[in-house]
Amino acid sequence: MPQRILVLLAHPVRRRSRANAALAEAARRVEGVRLHDLYDAYPDFLIDVEAEQALLLEHDVIVFQHPIYWYSSPAILKEWQDLVLEHGFAYGREGTALAGKSLLSAVTAGGGEASYSPGGLNRRSIEEFLRPFEATARLCHMRWLPPFILHGTHLLEPAALERHAADYAALLQDLRDMVEA
Amino acid sequence: MSEGFLAQAFVYLLAAVATVPIAKRLGLGSVLGYLLAGVAIGPFGLNLAGNAGEVMHFAEFGVVMMLFLVGLELRPARLWAMRGPVLGAGGLQVGLTAAAVGGIGLAFGYDWRMALAAGLILAMSSTAIALQILAERGLQKTGGGETTFAVLLFQDVAVIPILTVLPLLALAPATGGGAHDEGWIATLPPWGQAIAVLGAVAAVVVGGRLLTRPAFRIIAETKLREIFTASALLLVVGIALLMEAVGLSPALGAFLGGVVLAESEFRHELEGDIEPFKGLLLGLFFLSVGAGIDFAQVAAAPFTVAGLVLLLVLVKAAVLAGLGLATRRPRTEVLLTALLLSQGGEFAFVLLAFATQNGVLPVAEASLLVSVVALSMLVTPLLMMTYGRLADRLADADLPPEPDAIEPQGSVVIAGFGRFGQIIGRLLMAQGHTVTVLDHDMETIETLRSFGFRVFYGDASRLDLLQAAGAAEAALVVVATDAPETTLSIIGTVRRHFPQAEILARAADRNHAYAVIEAGAHGMVRETFGSALELGVEALRRLGLPAYEAERAGRLFRRHDLRTLHRLGALRGDDGRYRLAVREASERLSAVLERDKARGRIIHSEGWDTTSLVEEVRRNAALKQAEG
Repeated sequence: MPQRILVLLAHPVRRRSRANAALAEAARRVEGVRLHDLYDAYPDFLIDVEAEQALLLEHDVIVFQHPIYWYSSPAILKEWQDLVLEHGFAYGREGTALAGKSLLSAVTAGGGEASYSPGGLNRRSIEEFLRPFEATARLCHMRWLPPFILHGTHLLEPAALERHAADYAALLQDLRDMVEA
Repeated sequence: MSEGFLAQAFVYLLAAVATVPIAKRLGLGSVLGYLLAGVAIGPFGLNLAGNAGEVMHFAEFGVVMMLFLVGLELRPARLWAMRGPVLGAGGLQVGLTAAAVGGIGLAFGYDWRMALAAGLILAMSSTAIALQILAERGLQKTGGGETTFAVLLFQDVAVIPILTVLPLLALAPATGGGAHDEGWIATLPPWGQAIAVLGAVAAVVVGGRLLTRPAFRIIAETKLREIFTASALLLVVGIALLMEAVGLSPALGAFLGGVVLAESEFRHELEGDIEPFKGLLLGLFFLSVGAGIDFAQVAAAPFTVAGLVLLLVLVKAAVLAGLGLATRRPRTEVLLTALLLSQGGEFAFVLLAFATQNGVLPVAEASLLVSVVALSMLVTPLLMMTYGRLADRLADADLPPEPDAIEPQGSVVIAGFGRFGQIIGRLLMAQGHTVTVLDHDMETIETLRSFGFRVFYGDASRLDLLQAAGAAEAALVVVATDAPETTLSIIGTVRRHFPQAEILARAADRNHAYAVIEAGAHGMVRETFGSALELGVEALRRLGLPAYEAERAGRLFRRHDLRTLHRLGALRGDDGRYRLAVREASERLSAVLERDKARGRIIHSEGWDTTSLVEEVRRNAALKQAEG
């Protein structure tokens, strides 16, 4: 059975987004992927907890797709986590609804890979900044997948962007067709 | 007398109603339908038409109205931008056609003066037919449509010098009372006539600028529709009379008046008021042309008449086609202009009568030409039936096709600009959208106009007004009127006639909201709901709820309420089911509240609830203590 993939997209100004728009478009074209634009669904930040939890139950792979803002996600994804990943649903003694599902972070960063290294401006790698998400996955009994990271979007040429978007689509396809271990 | 009038009106109306829809259904277009209906009731058909000549004279006023409406569509700046085509294409068309027709006349052995007079007269085309066909096919704003109009405009102006020149071409002394009916103006010396003509034009321009707006404003404030209609008619009739008095073409004067008023906020309302009169009168005009065709003369010399009609159409079309190709216009445009302007015009009837009076043309020749012109009018709609196919073939050959010149239009129409619509309009304008506003409150309109809004006066439930405001091109129509019934009727009209536009509507209350959804609105907001909710949130805060929680409580309340509303709206159709659904919904509401309670949550504090987490941690700690 193909894995059902839910991409939670968090970008507050999609009109101005280049990288995330391209990735989102690539994801949308992959069969079996459901793209869920959080800022579009909840312009008032009023997350519908029940609906979101139902959506999670219907999918096997959850993708957080967003630009890196201040070494983390845009605000709505944090709001989403605060509200949807409830005690008793996602974690806690009875909270096993997400057990066995996978979590993938697919993020874009303006700075180049070098800036996310010990000698660089940001000192640490994106993987390290994503630790809170990794911890979240663990607490929810989810499998943490190696993140998809697109570095240096400020300087990215259209052709390169297209290539990365194709890589992203290929990754989602692989996840979809992956056999449950 | 009045019985005779009614009987005649009955005959004409019946002929139109019986024939035109059939012609339209058969793809012949309305103009041909009217002309054929005219033939049917004419002396050579059922002979019911009475004095068709008199009717035609009256119906020519339809052409005046048509040009007034055309003028309303043309802002002065656009008219100025058209000066090239008007003088170039128009001037060349009249000059070359007159020369060609005159040359043919000479070749047939006529005196040069007669040949020239006939040439000038036959160079005129029919504004009524060409513009009516353009409008019916929606081709006014295409390149070909604009060239057609430019040529017609030049012809209208050219009538004046032609009227002046014709008496000089007289072969025999004038038979009538000398010059044509110029009234008192003919008694003035030439410089006095010039001053009178200039004065009349100035009166239309200055009067239109300065006097009509305050006058219409006062009339609009009476809120008497028929008085507004009456004053619109009065304006057009007045301009026509003034122009006639100084010997100018009434149609030209009306056109000028229209241009002057094109930037007024009453433009759309005037359009809506004059339009039906124009339509009826033009129809009547076509009927009378059909009825006036002298088939006895045609029967006497069928080949001569047919040959002349053919020759006239060919020469006129050839001149226009040659002009168009020489200036490298796209070939589909050239085809359109050539076909549309290939007939003789209504001015020809006037000029032919004038020419016989002045002894320029003998009666026999003139009446032959009247038949030729009338029949050539019949040919145009027939030719236009081939236009679509020919144009397609040409467009395929022409690469790349030139895009149609379409005036940029506002993409949002707001109907109703009171306290409600204003806020919507301000928000949209602040985001850089072009907004066309329809409202019928003079005070609002004046204030808004002084701030540069595009506001128009009128009853937004009228189809013609919506059309004039650009609803056909609008992506969105916002219905913000305060009368619930009007709102529903506007939604219905927009849904039926402008299906491309999305509709957002202001609903009065819950029941009206259902009706608005049923009428076809894509979205709606209840006018008091949002503000009441805000006040409710404020009340919660005063009662001690922290600001953010109060805000969330309000939003959650709104979400639930809207969901119920949409579900009920979809279920309303049949009464029994509706009531069932209401009960079901209220059960659902209580069920939802019940569930919230069971989870240890009331609606305003949904989210960030740590109760169960704290309990679990305490339990674990207690267990550990027990173990340890």
